[in-house]
Amino acid sequence: MSDIADRVKKIVVEHLGVEEDKVIESASFIDDLGADSLDTVELVMAFEEEFGIEIPDDAAETIQTFGDAVKFIQEAA
Amino acid sequence: MFDLSGKCALVTGASGGIGAEIARALHARGAVVGLSGTREAPLRELAAELGERAHVLPCDLSDPEAVEALPKAAIEAMGALDILVNNAGITRDTLFMRLKDEDWQAVIDVNLTAAMRLCRGAVRGMIKARWGRIVNITSVVGTTGNPGQANYCAAKAGLVGLSKSLAQEVAARGITVNCVAPGFIATAMTDKLTDEQKAGILGAVPVGAMGTPADIAAAVVYLASSEAGYVTGATLHVNGGMAMV
Repeated sequence: MSDIADRVKKIVVEHLGVEEDKVIESASFIDDLGADSLDTVELVMAFEEEFGIEIPDDAAETIQTFGDAVKFIQEAA
Repeated sequence: MFDLSGKCALVTGASGGIGAEIARALHARGAVVGLSGTREAPLRELAAELGERAHVLPCDLSDPEAVEALPKAAIEAMGALDILVNNAGITRDTLFMRLKDEDWQAVIDVNLTAAMRLCRGAVRGMIKARWGRIVNITSVVGTTGNPGQANYCAAKAGLVGLSKSLAQEVAARGITVNCVAPGFIATAMTDKLTDEQKAGILGAVPVGAMGTPADIAAAVVYLASSEAGYVTGATLHVNGGMAMV
């Protein structure tokens, strides 16, 4: 697994308090990992900080799963 | 109880009678205070009076860019922003039939839009910290209405709706959002009233006296405290019983 995916996973595990093996590519933050809508905003804020990138609101809305997040950050970072 | 040691509080309108008293009360409970207002001289005087733990942060709330920059400046000066008190407000009173667009807009801009921008700027850090207190100063007339103040009443009622919505969004993060609604409070503004006007006002206040800025400050201290963590989305009316809502 790439370094980016590892770092994203660490943030997700810490923030949502979920088991690491639940954070798979297709895992939806809201449906599978128990996030509420504010959690998803906080995750995006944490990704921005960790990777020194800016994620605009319209892009943030497309980040629904762990895989979406990794893909977006790989392209942006 | 109500110990605010280690908390950093930003108070807008701290150059006015009520705002200055709110800042004094938060400071007396141990908070670091950021004093904001348009006029710098009274803010400096207040900071000098308070001594340590007081920072002067001038800001013109009718300037959107200055408003956006204020929370960041507050965090830079104080190290954090745990408590936000949106106290600043202006009036452009006139009968509704004579209400001009600019009178409407000026009051909405400062009393409602600037408060929204400051909430937005402050809440990010509060979410991260899992603790925050926002206290918006509204007015009894936001609930009752008042002839000649359609713009002011609309802005104050708007602030109540904003507070309740934001309160619901951030409640699970340890952040509360409440309003304090003053009634008739003795300030420079009410000094201008004639004795006849004052008598008319007091006739409508069961307590029989005007409130003081300290009455408002005490309510703010309570809502800013950890003890008030289960109170959110509320409006605390401090009006001597003139409107029991």
